[in-house]
Amino acid sequence: MNRYDFVIIGAGSVGVPLAYYLSLTGATVLVIEKKKSVGQGSNKAAIGGIRATHSNPAKIIVGKKSLEIFENWQKKHNIEWYRGGYSFLAYDKDTEKELRELVKFQQSVGLEIDYLERDALLEKIPSLNQYNLRGGTFSPKDGSASPLLTINSFYREAKKNKVVFLFDTEVVGFNVSDGSIKEVKTNKQTLKGDIVINASGGWANKVQSLLGEEIPVMPDVHEAGITEPVKHFLDPMLVDIRKTEDSANFYFYQHKTGQIIFCLTPKRPRLGFDVSETSSFLPIATRRMVSLVPRLVNIRVRRTWAGMYPMTPDGNPLVGFSKKIKNLFIASGMCGQGFMLAPGLAYYLAQYFKENKEEEELKIIFKEFDPYRAFGKEEKLK
Amino acid sequence: MEFRILKHPILKIEEREDIPFYFNGEKLYGKRGDTIAAALFANGIKVFGHHYKDHSPQGLFCANGQCDQCKVIANGKTVKSCMTLLEPNMKIYSLEGLPDLPDFDKMPTFGQLKEYEYTVLIVGGGPAGLAAAKELAKRHVKTLIVDDKHKLGGKLILQTHKFFGSVDACYAGTRGTEIAEIMEKDVREQESIDIWLGSTVVWVFSDKKVGILKDGKEYVLVKPDILLVASGAREKFLAFEGNTLPGVYGAGALQTLINRDHVRPSEKIFVIGGGNVGLIAAYHALQANIDVVGLCEIMPEVGGYLVHKEKLLKLGVPVYTSHTVLKAEGKEHVERVIIAKVDDKFRPIKGTEKVIECDTLLVAVGLEPINEFAEKAKQFGMKVYVAGDAEEIAEASSAIFSGRIRGLEILKELGLYEGEIPEEFYKTQKILGSRPGKKIHEVKVPEEKKGVYPVINCVQEIPCNPCEVVCPKDAIKIGEPITNVPEYVTGCIGCEICVAKCPGLAITLVDWRKGEPIVSVPFEFEPSLYFKVGDMVDVTDREGHLLGKAEVVYIRNRTVSKGTRIVKLKADRDIAEKIAGIRIREPYEPKKIEEEMDIIPDDAIVCRCERVTAGEIRKLIREGVRDMNEIKALTRAGMGACGGKTCTSLIKRIFREEGIEDFEEFTKRPLYIEVPVSKLSNLKEKNDE
Ligand SMILES: Cc1cc2nc3c(=O)[nH]c(=O)nc-3n(C[C@H](O)[C@H](O)[C@H](O)COP(=O)(O)OP(=O)(O)OC[C@H]3O[C@@H](n4cnc5c(N)ncnc54)[C@H](O)[C@@H]3O)c2cc1C
Ligand SMILES: Cc1cc2nc3c(=O)[nH]c(=O)nc-3n(C[C@H](O)[C@H](O)[C@H](O)COP(=O)(O)OP(=O)(O)OC[C@H]3O[C@@H](n4cnc5c(N)ncnc54)[C@H](O)[C@@H]3O)c2cc1C
Ligand code: FES
Repeated sequence: MNRYDFVIIGAGSVGVPLAYYLSLTGATVLVIEKKKSVGQGSNKAAIGGIRATHSNPAKIIVGKKSLEIFENWQKKHNIEWYRGGYSFLAYDKDTEKELRELVKFQQSVGLEIDYLERDALLEKIPSLNQYNLRGGTFSPKDGSASPLLTINSFYREAKKNKVVFLFDTEVVGFNVSDGSIKEVKTNKQTLKGDIVINASGGWANKVQSLLGEEIPVMPDVHEAGITEPVKHFLDPMLVDIRKTEDSANFYFYQHKTGQIIFCLTPKRPRLGFDVSETSSFLPIATRRMVSLVPRLVNIRVRRTWAGMYPMTPDGNPLVGFSKKIKNLFIASGMCGQGFMLAPGLAYYLAQYFKENKEEEELKIIFKEFDPYRAFGKEEKLK
Repeated sequence: MEFRILKHPILKIEEREDIPFYFNGEKLYGKRGDTIAAALFANGIKVFGHHYKDHSPQGLFCANGQCDQCKVIANGKTVKSCMTLLEPNMKIYSLEGLPDLPDFDKMPTFGQLKEYEYTVLIVGGGPAGLAAAKELAKRHVKTLIVDDKHKLGGKLILQTHKFFGSVDACYAGTRGTEIAEIMEKDVREQESIDIWLGSTVVWVFSDKKVGILKDGKEYVLVKPDILLVASGAREKFLAFEGNTLPGVYGAGALQTLINRDHVRPSEKIFVIGGGNVGLIAAYHALQANIDVVGLCEIMPEVGGYLVHKEKLLKLGVPVYTSHTVLKAEGKEHVERVIIAKVDDKFRPIKGTEKVIECDTLLVAVGLEPINEFAEKAKQFGMKVYVAGDAEEIAEASSAIFSGRIRGLEILKELGLYEGEIPEEFYKTQKILGSRPGKKIHEVKVPEEKKGVYPVINCVQEIPCNPCEVVCPKDAIKIGEPITNVPEYVTGCIGCEICVAKCPGLAITLVDWRKGEPIVSVPFEFEPSLYFKVGDMVDVTDREGHLLGKAEVVYIRNRTVSKGTRIVKLKADRDIAEKIAGIRIREPYEPKKIEEEMDIIPDDAIVCRCERVTAGEIRKLIREGVRDMNEIKALTRAGMGACGGKTCTSLIKRIFREEGIEDFEEFTKRPLYIEVPVSKLSNLKEKNDE
């Protein structure tokens, strides 16, 4: 085919489900990916956490939809979806205060979440370190799945729907006239599409720059790790948002198949595309891990890796048409939540492109994720 | 059946203290110094647990800390039984499915993460690492040697046979175990060298620091100016049906059990692979009084030295060339294997299947360098050198020499070596590492049947010269290069030193001085198990063909080469010069089987850790997958505890079998082995010694 309704740049967390949902509308879709297979960018770095319990209204909408999709998807595909819930822990007063406020808001928008006092929380999570524990949030509807299996199942379904994937093919430029992209140039060929979607994750600004426009997406490197599998003993996903002397957020959970998977936010952002392993990660991460769940001293770490959060100044995604190029749509800047947001977002975007009208949900999404919004303060608990 | 080696023709078996332990509640005894795996084998226990995915039995496999099949639960913790020493009263349980994580009811507190600085860090205390260290010590370079085993010497400590190579360059003619002792002494005496044993390098990080699990107890970081990777090789594996059954293991594992641990793990073994490793392992098995029922090699000729193959043939072990293994069968352990002949495309030929009864199947299908640390160090811009098998798979002799050269190169980099490193050194290393020559020479014997002279059954060009060097009369000539085939010149006085020293056991002496010929034959087994003076024994030619009987007239132990007996035989005139060895076992024809087998091994396990079959991987490749990372994502192959150490090369092979050369390889990520969180976090453990 020489012309597609949609050309998606990037077969990652966002691009692949988006291709799938677009294909359901009957559109013709081409996905261009520079790596050799699906999900080899940030997608495979994600540890698999999925929640709707955000504080931004658009993220809540998208997150809820994602949870629904993951749950249904598991019925047909083994994506290791598991509803273990999420808990943000409070070991000091400030955190407790912050979390209580947040829960109040989340409850007001109908999310299933509670702030549990110390003893009630321990009942749910007996392995927690009790020392200084004050309490924490508990949202039982959240969960986790394998990003690797998830993207592959969307990929296979999309292919069944005639979506074309070009791997090992990098977008290197565009032919633009009258303010629209006429052709997408890759290192191998030139391709045509009515709407071009920039879903290139941490590379989004690089791609956008090819068109002479800057968007505020910065690759921010995080390291993660996985242990050997052990018998299931730990629910839910635990999130520790305290800043320590050498790191910021730390979160981990026990995957459906028994491994503990953990991820650490470094104290100072590590900006760039270099995802190599550092010697400081494991000592810091494991100390934080056993400080929360002492029983984990006896587990063995199997593998670690690093990947990029496609960060934005306020921690919220960038979704919407470019102001400069008429047929360029931006779907990037997913920060640390691209895996969990992508299916829901893809669902809504497909609706939007199909019917070309904005339901209430889409209005909120486009407002909150407007690529040209004024970047004020950071979202809580990004 | 006795599971310990009580007497060995070469090794000295030391008395060791018995220590009690419990396995699944039963009280048993091991010996001080045993690994858990050795202690279990010594009690006849070979099934260490069942895999959590398919509940199939698991047991020892690499005995080298590389795989993860031998896990057990010891004192509540999951450990590799091959790398963990037995402790008195240890409570060991088989690992059935996923382990239960034990409780920890103390408040975790952490110690300091220590960082060390060294000029040179050497990963691996095998011949290459030790040889390099010796050079570095000459200029007092602050060096740290790290080895994950509890003894220095690397693979040398498994080699009870005499080494090939050059006497000057690398101790040829001396047994590997003895070379290890000499080399260890050389470095132990040096003040500038620190040695950490039982310490595993777990990764090289981008900040140029090296993570090490020191003495299995403490996680530390080392920041070297220069890294020398001398981590040796790991064994390759093979995909066939039944390949995860306990009793299927690597040749190195067998050598470890018998030669290091002095355990006799089996009664009857069959070997796949006719490289030096397989041939030697078979020989070592025989020395441990384990019957070797045969060895197969898929190529038309073995790849190892002919002399190694002939050692087996002479003893009566059948070697099946152009044969491969189809299947290992048994309930919880190997009971038999099925082999078949292959055609010129290495496909098994239907109707040629044979059944071989055995309890152990050794896989010796080649080695591959352990090179991940060197790759990472290069990626991160460190100064890095690679020596020995980690650089290129060859012989220990060449490993020693390459270690020496790398040592000098490092000195040069540090400004401590003046001038150029002699070209000669590089040449020697190359010769020592050279493959055997293609041409088969003829055995030459003197025209006149009188006096005494050696018959040198050494017909292949290999790098080896002890016979030339040890002869006090310079009666044997090899010259340069040492790959030349030796020739007897003249002047033999019948001292038998060449017979005792030849690593290939390829020299006999024929003595006509008393009229009837007396033939001196080297023999490396306990003679009393097989014959005594006055007995008639079966004698064979170089290739193991039976020549007839000969009378044993004298048996002597030579101090020039401990362990090698010289057996003097009174033989008929017409066979005297042909006699090359004494047969100790009866080769027999295996049974043919009736049913024909499906020869495409789709059920063969490729990823042992995650139990992924060849069929699953082949299917994906046929669907168009060209990225091993995608295979990993879909099947978990490569995501196991070993980190793809075993399955990577097998998956690559399937790609090639499918005619695909261009594919993306696995991304390599830390860690090299699984490391407990307690160590990585420097947890203070009071009760932990
Ligand atoms: C350690 C870690 C843990 C995380 N944990 C979670 C989690 O638990 N839950 C969660 O929801 N999120 C998590 N994330 C975040 C998540 O991984 C990302 O937000 C998400 O993967 C981003 O999706 P994406 O599609 O925008 O980018 P990607 O998945 O990276 O996809 C972009 C694709 O575009 C391709 N590309 C780029 N440039 C070009 C070009 N010029 N031509 C062609 N192709 C191109 C790239 O190769 C890439 O495949 C985690 C991230 C990290 C690093
Ligand atoms: C089964 C077998 C039989 C052989 N038979 C012969 C023979 O008969 N004659 C002959 O000349 N050669 C033989 N060889 C080859 C010879 O043993 C090797 O070439 C030689 O030992 C290589 O020396 P090396 O120093 O490179 O590696 P090695 O001797 O393998 O030493 C490397 C050391 O590094 C350690 N190590 C690896 N990874 C780590 C890590 N992450 N952290 C810490 N330590 C680590 C290893 O445990 C090992 O102790 C044989 C090899 C094998 C495997
Ligand atoms: S065999 Fe260990 S990961 Fe495949």
